[in-house]
Amino acid sequence: MPWLTAVIFLPLIGVPVLLLWRGMTDAQARWLALVLMVADLIVAFGVLGAFDAALSGYQLVEQVDWVASVGLSYLVGIDGFSVWLVVLTAFMFPVGLIASWGTTHRVRAFMALSLLLETVVIGSFCALDLLLFFVFFEALLVPMFLIIGVWGSARRVYASLKFFLYTMLGSAFILVSTLYLWFQTSEQLGRGSFDIRQMEQLSLDVSVQRWLFVAFFVGFAVKVPIFPLHTWLPDAHTEAPTKGSIVLAALLLKAGPYGILRFNLDLFPEASKYFADAIGVLAVIGIVYGAVVAMMQSDVKRLVAYSSVSHMGFVILGIFTLTTEGMSGAVVQMVNHGLSTGLLFFAIGMLYERTHTREMGEMGGLARVTPWIAATFLVATLSSIGLPGLNNFVGEFLVILGAFGADRWLGALAVTGVVLGAVYMLWAYQRTFQGPSTERSRNLTDMLPREWAAVVPVVAAMLVIGVYPKVVLERVNPTTDGAVRWVDSVEIDQAGLPGGLRAEVQPEYRPPAGAVAASGAEEVAP
Amino acid sequence: MIRTPAVDVGPIVPELILVGVAVVVLLVGVIARRVEPLALLYGSLAGVAGAAAASITLWDWDGAPTVLAGTVAADRFGVVVRLIVLGSAAIGLIYGHHYFERSGEGRPELYALVLFATSGMTLIAVAADLILVFLALEILSLALYVLAGFSARLGSVEAAMKYFLLGAFSSAFFLFGVAMAYGATGSTRLVAISESLAGRTSGLALALTAMGLLAIGFAFKVSAVPFHMWTPDVYQGAPTAITAFMSAGTKVAAFAALMRVFNVTLQPLTWDWRPLVWVLAALSVIAGSVLAIAQTDIKRMLAYSSIAHAGFVLTGLTAAGETGISSALYYLIAYSLTILGAFGVVMLVSARGERRTSLASYTGLGRRSPVLAGLLTLFLLSLAGIPPTAGFIAKVGVFSAATEAGAWALALIGVIASVAAAFFYLRVIVLMFMREPEGEEETDETLVPKLVVGVAAASVLVLGVFPGLVLGFLDQAAVLRW
Repeated sequence: MPWLTAVIFLPLIGVPVLLLWRGMTDAQARWLALVLMVADLIVAFGVLGAFDAALSGYQLVEQVDWVASVGLSYLVGIDGFSVWLVVLTAFMFPVGLIASWGTTHRVRAFMALSLLLETVVIGSFCALDLLLFFVFFEALLVPMFLIIGVWGSARRVYASLKFFLYTMLGSAFILVSTLYLWFQTSEQLGRGSFDIRQMEQLSLDVSVQRWLFVAFFVGFAVKVPIFPLHTWLPDAHTEAPTKGSIVLAALLLKAGPYGILRFNLDLFPEASKYFADAIGVLAVIGIVYGAVVAMMQSDVKRLVAYSSVSHMGFVILGIFTLTTEGMSGAVVQMVNHGLSTGLLFFAIGMLYERTHTREMGEMGGLARVTPWIAATFLVATLSSIGLPGLNNFVGEFLVILGAFGADRWLGALAVTGVVLGAVYMLWAYQRTFQGPSTERSRNLTDMLPREWAAVVPVVAAMLVIGVYPKVVLERVNPTTDGAVRWVDSVEIDQAGLPGGLRAEVQPEYRPPAGAVAASGAEEVAP
Repeated sequence: MIRTPAVDVGPIVPELILVGVAVVVLLVGVIARRVEPLALLYGSLAGVAGAAAASITLWDWDGAPTVLAGTVAADRFGVVVRLIVLGSAAIGLIYGHHYFERSGEGRPELYALVLFATSGMTLIAVAADLILVFLALEILSLALYVLAGFSARLGSVEAAMKYFLLGAFSSAFFLFGVAMAYGATGSTRLVAISESLAGRTSGLALALTAMGLLAIGFAFKVSAVPFHMWTPDVYQGAPTAITAFMSAGTKVAAFAALMRVFNVTLQPLTWDWRPLVWVLAALSVIAGSVLAIAQTDIKRMLAYSSIAHAGFVLTGLTAAGETGISSALYYLIAYSLTILGAFGVVMLVSARGERRTSLASYTGLGRRSPVLAGLLTLFLLSLAGIPPTAGFIAKVGVFSAATEAGAWALALIGVIASVAAAFFYLRVIVLMFMREPEGEEETDETLVPKLVVGVAAASVLVLGVFPGLVLGFLDQAAVLRW
C-alpha cells in the first residue's frame, strides 16, 4: 500500500468539496474536516506500523517520475527523523481543529485551508526529492499566511506579511542552492536529478560545500527560528488564531530543524562539522535569549511564543553536538515541543475564548473558576519545563548530555535555559490561575466535552513518552546513528567512501570539540 | 542542375488564414453596418481556430527548413509560439468583445485589428529574415497602437499616442540595427548573417553595433529596463481587455523574435550578447519588482510586474541555446496564461470601462465576490512564483537554465527580487481577504468572461502540477531550424 501518498493526500480530498459546494453549512464543513483529519491520523498510525524500527535508511519509498526530462520525481520516503513528525502532524491537526471549532468566520474556507495545510506539511516531511520538498515547503506559506491574516487577531496583517516574506526570503537561498546541486548532478552523474540519494554522492569543493551549507542553513534557520532570525515568530504566533498557533508551533517550526537534519547533515557533512561550534553558540544564545525575553512578557501567548525560541534552541544545539545522544534528543524534543507547546496554545485558546484577553494581568484566580483548564495548562507547563515523567525531560536530558559531551560550557549555559524556563512558565501559571480573581475571570465555563476530547489524547501521549521513551527512541536511534557515522566519516575514514570531498578536507579544518563517537544507541534511553 | 525556386506557402498558411479572416471581418463590418457583433466575434474566433489547426499540422513539417527564399522558418519553435499567441488572441477577442459591448464603445474594427495584430505576432515567430522581422513587428505594433486608443477616454488616447511615439522610436533603432547588420555582412537573412560572422575575429565593430541596436529594439518591445518607460502608462491607459491581449501577445512575439535572432543570427557573438542580456535581465527584475511596490493602481502594478517578468525570461535566455529557449518558452506560456487571467479579473472588477482599477477598490473583494477574489489570488501567486502554480515551475526553469550557464548570481538576484515582488502581490491578497468591504460595489459577473478566466486559472494549476504535459513539446520546439 502506498502509505505515504495516502497520508499526504487524504486531507486534500476535502479541499475541492469545501471550496465548490456552496450550500454546505458550517457544521458540515467542520465535521468533514474533522473526519478527514482523524482518518488521516489512522493512516498515520498505519505508517507507523509499517515502519521498521531496526532500519536506518529510507523506508516506504515511493517514486514516480514527475518531469522525467529534468530528473524531477515524486519521491517520498521516511526514516527515523521524519516518521514521528508525520505522526505528530496527523495528531496535532485534529487537535488544532477542535481548538478552533468555535470559528464562525468563513468556516468553509478555514477548513479547506487547514486541510490543504495538513497535506503540504506532511508532504514536506516525506519528500526525498529536493525540489518536491521545496514545493511543499514553499506551498505551506500560502495557507498559513491566509490563516493568520484572515482569522488572526488585531495585528494579523502585519504578522502574516512578516511571516510570509521572512520565510520566503530564507527559502530563496534554498532554491538557488537546489538548482546548483541539480546542475552538479547533471555534470557529475551524467543525468540531472533532485533525488537527495543521488546528491549525496556528489563530490563538491569544500568551499562550495560550505557556501551551500550556509544557504540551506539560513533558509531553515528562519523557519526554526534561530536567533537572530526569529523576530517574525512572536508576531505570527501571537496574532494567529488558536489553530494557527498550534500548527505553527507544533509543526511548522519543525520543518526547520527537520530540513537541517535531512539536507544539511546529509549533503554537506564536512561543512556541518566545520560550522557545528558556531551554530552551537547561536543555539545557546537563542536558548538564553528566548527565556529571558519570555520572562518579560505580559501577554501569555507572546510568552509561550518566546519560549519556543528557547526550546528550539535546544533542538538545534542537540543536532549540532553531532552525537547520537544529542541528535536523538533533538528529534525527540521536536516531537515533545510539538505536544507541549501545542497543548499550551490550546489552553491559552480556551482562556481567550472565555476571557477575551491574553494579558496575564487581566486574568488571575482562574484556577478556582476553571479548574480543568488550569490543570491542562499546568500539565503543559510542567512538561515544558522538563519535569521527569513527562515528555520534555527525556529530550532535554539527552540534548544536554550530548552538549556536555561536545563542550561542557555550552552544556552548562544550556542548563540555565532549563532553569529560566521553570521560572517564566511557573510564573505565568501563577499570574494567570492563582491569586485574586479579576473582573474578567468570573462566571466562566470550564472545559467543554470537545475540548476534553482534544486534551486527553495529547496528555496521554506526553505521559507515554515521559514514562516509556523507548517507543519513540527506538525508531529514531538507528537513523541518528547512521547520520552521526556519516558526518564522522568525513575525517575518520578518508578512503573508501564515495566522493572526493572526503579527500579534500582542508588543512585548517579542525574537528568539532570532542565529538563523541557513535556508540551504544541502545543505552541512550534512560 | 538548376532548380526553380518553389513558392511553398505551406508554412505561412496560419498567417494567410488570419489575414484573410481579418479582411473579411473588416469588410463585413464596414459594408453591413448593422451586423451583430457576436457574429464578428464568432467569425474571428473561427479564424484563430483555423490558424491554430494549420499551425498544428506544421508540427511535422518535412519540407525545407526555410521557405519563400529563406525568409520564413518552418520549425516547431514557430508552431509553439504561434499556439501561445493564438491562445492569447482568442482570449483577447472574447475579452475585447465583452469589454466594449459593455462599455458601449463596440465597433466592428476591433476584431479585424486584433486579428491583424495576431498575424504580425505569429509571423514574427517564424521570420527568418531581419526585414520580415521588422515588417511583422510593424504589423503588430500598428494594430496595437490603434487598439490602445480604441476607447474615447482621454487616458486611452494618451496611451495610444505614447505607445505610438515610443514604439516608432524603437522601430527606428531596430531598423538601424538591420542596416548595420546588412552593412557588416551583406545580407539580412538570419542564417546568412550568422554564417558571415562565424569565425570572424576582427572587424566586428559594425556587427556589434547592429547587435546593440537590435537589442534596444527588442528591449523596447518586451519592456526590459531601461527601455520600459512606456509600459506602465500604456498598460494603465489602454482598455483593460486590450492591455490583457497586449501584455501576453506582444511579449511572446517579441521574445520569439529575440530568441531567434540572438540564437541564430548572433550565435557567433554569443559571448558578446550574453553579458548584455545578463544586465538587461538583472535591471528589469530589480527595477520591475521594486517600482511595483509603490503603485496604487492595479493595472500599473501589473505593468511593472510584467517588466520584472521580462527580466525573468531574459534570465533564462542567458543560457544560450536549447536550454534557454525551452525554459523561456515555458515561462512565456505560464506568464501569458497568468497575466491574461489577472487582467481578466481586473476587467470584471471594473465592471464597466475603467472605473475601478485602484488597489483600494479591491478592498474586501473576497467578501463581495469570492470567486473573482479567489481567481485573482491564484494568478497573483503564480506571478509571485509560489507552488503549485505554473509560475513556480517557470521560475525554476529559467533559474536552473541560468545556473547551468554559470549565471547563478543572476538567479540569486532573481529569487531575491521575487521576494520583494511577493510583497506587492500579497498586498492585493491582504486587501481582498483581510479587510472588510467599505460598501457594496458592483462587479461584473457575466458568465462567459468569467469562464474564460476560470479556464486560465485551471491551466495555471494544471501546468503547475503537471508541467510534463508541455515540457516534452517545448524541448522539441527549442531546436531552431534554418
